[in-house]
Amino acid sequence: MRVALFVPCYVDQFYPQVAIATLELLEKLGIEVHVPSNQTCCGQPMANSGFASSTEGCDTNFSKNFDGFDYIVGPSGSCILHLKEHHPSEKIRKSVFEICEFLVDVLKVKSLSANFPHKIGLHQSCHGQRGLHLSSMTELNEKPFSKLASLLDLVKGVEYVYPERADECCGFGGTFCVTEEAVSVRMGQDRVESHLKNGIEFIVGGDTSCLMHMEGILKRQGSKVQVKHIVEILNHA
Amino acid sequence: MLNHAEASEKFIADAERTTWHDETLWFVRSKRDKVSKLLPEWEALREQASSIKDHTLANLGQYLEEFEAKAQKNGIIVHWAKDAQEHNEIVHSIISKHGGKALVKSKSMLTEECHLNEFLTKKGVEVVDTDLGERIVQFRNEVPSHIVLPAIHLKKEDVGETFHEFLGTPKGNKDPQFLTEAARQHLRGYFLGANVAITGVNFAVAETGEFVVCTNEGNADMGAHLAKVHIACMGIEKMIPKRKDLGVFLRLLARSATGQLITTYSSHFAKPREGQEMHIVLVDNGRTRQLARDEFRNSLKCIRCAACFNTCPVYRRSGGHSYHQPVAGPIGSILAPNFDKSANVDLPFASTLCGSCSNVCPVKINIHEQLWFWRQDLMKEGLAPIGKSLSMKGMAFVFSNPTIFRMAGYMGRLVMRFAPFIVNNSFNPWFKQREMPDAPKESFQSWYKNRK
Repeated sequence: MRVALFVPCYVDQFYPQVAIATLELLEKLGIEVHVPSNQTCCGQPMANSGFASSTEGCDTNFSKNFDGFDYIVGPSGSCILHLKEHHPSEKIRKSVFEICEFLVDVLKVKSLSANFPHKIGLHQSCHGQRGLHLSSMTELNEKPFSKLASLLDLVKGVEYVYPERADECCGFGGTFCVTEEAVSVRMGQDRVESHLKNGIEFIVGGDTSCLMHMEGILKRQGSKVQVKHIVEILNHA
Repeated sequence: MLNHAEASEKFIADAERTTWHDETLWFVRSKRDKVSKLLPEWEALREQASSIKDHTLANLGQYLEEFEAKAQKNGIIVHWAKDAQEHNEIVHSIISKHGGKALVKSKSMLTEECHLNEFLTKKGVEVVDTDLGERIVQFRNEVPSHIVLPAIHLKKEDVGETFHEFLGTPKGNKDPQFLTEAARQHLRGYFLGANVAITGVNFAVAETGEFVVCTNEGNADMGAHLAKVHIACMGIEKMIPKRKDLGVFLRLLARSATGQLITTYSSHFAKPREGQEMHIVLVDNGRTRQLARDEFRNSLKCIRCAACFNTCPVYRRSGGHSYHQPVAGPIGSILAPNFDKSANVDLPFASTLCGSCSNVCPVKINIHEQLWFWRQDLMKEGLAPIGKSLSMKGMAFVFSNPTIFRMAGYMGRLVMRFAPFIVNNSFNPWFKQREMPDAPKESFQSWYKNRK
């Protein structure tokens, strides 16, 4: 099984700890992980802005880096969803996996050595949840499940809670966060507030972009609550 | 005209009202959740409704002709209108023939789409919207902000003031029951006096030539039953093949819209009563153009329940008027570019693509995917502001070249660490109400290189 780590561009530049945790976690589980060094971006920022026609160079670069792998695993539901839906290569579309999806569905992880004695608010990012179906959705009449929660159940000490309106969007939305600044921020403030009502120490989710947005709001409010990507919890000794 | 982002900013400036608007609509969505989960067959019902509509749209011409023939046999006069202008002229010609000076209207978003009120008012006909919410916004010279709850942007205090101004209710009175009674008395006269009544149509049944109007207030019935002439206006996509199909749609419509099991009135109009004249106007107004577009065809499945409005986190916080279209919300954002691409270029971008709209849609329209497709279509048409095209080109270039990407990232982080004022200022919309992320010394890739 040849596994490559896909590190979304902004994670590479601003949240290296998320990529490090993903890498270490996979290695702990006995996976030999390749990290193609010339990877950049999945192309989503352009495509969601209406410029899917300009992602050719980006797509080609992605293929060059990731063509030979059975599994391409990344810590971002949103980027993975974009690749799954829009990358021109079928092989790539079929090989990309969001990290939680990979742990639950491919590796079928049943135990972890992680320990995180804190109360956290679980944020279900829309693209992971509704796009990749990482968990059940409140709009649908379906049996409740969550791949993220099932992984957190393997972590010692952690207590996770959902905010009211369990799967409402945080308002990041890619370039939406600046082109529709007022709505984006208001959505983020509301989301943060409903997490804080639960008396949590961390907001945890599977998409660093949502977390970055909520972190920006938390910091502006002077809050002590931090954000963490779920892999940072799953990899926490 | 303000674009969606600008209008939203104004709406949100009243934080308290935004909270109230958001919570009120969320309450409606919660009611919808509750009743939809009481039906084990809910998802199957949605699937069936979707298939019936897909089938109907694929055979629309045939069903429309079948409907026309049956309706005519029933004694209904059938008209065809290719656009809003033709629709308005047809309606006006019927009114003129009967010497109508005032007419009562209920339950028609199509007439909003065609700007019928404006057209008839100019011709000297008084149009009275009889549904309470519609009447309130009509007094205020506004348009509905929601297709099911037209005055949802207003609080009872606002209604009290409007009624004080237009109906002479005591100043400061905001008692809903009192105000509703005042509207009732006011409308009663119009109902009795009008010789023409206009209604919308929820479903038109090809098999029988009848049409069905779903309401809670019963004004459509009151209007149609009292007036000598009943004109029903409908978009051609309202067609369903058989009466038994209603069993699927009527169960979905009210549950999705308000969490009711069924609308208070689901009235079937099959033929004129004795001495009455019944007209139906079948309106295209861009629908066949949409029908011909593979990516957007199934937006025509919409049954106007507004579940996508109530669930949309953007709509709930920006209000219906921010969409500057008769039909707001997610569905409005995929319908509007069909009418005018350039005037509505902002609407498909008024979304985070969270996908909740598609999940609540009772006829399974892939709304959020169509928002994405419209974005591509509109940008290809060259409707992007020049700054945006340039920044997209720049981004595409950087991401195609790993060396440049690394360099740009390095420089960017350097700036953020040592000269944060370059990004932390009022020119950066992110920074206005949010802190920028901390810029780490090292990217992941450079950490990884040194790790070995």
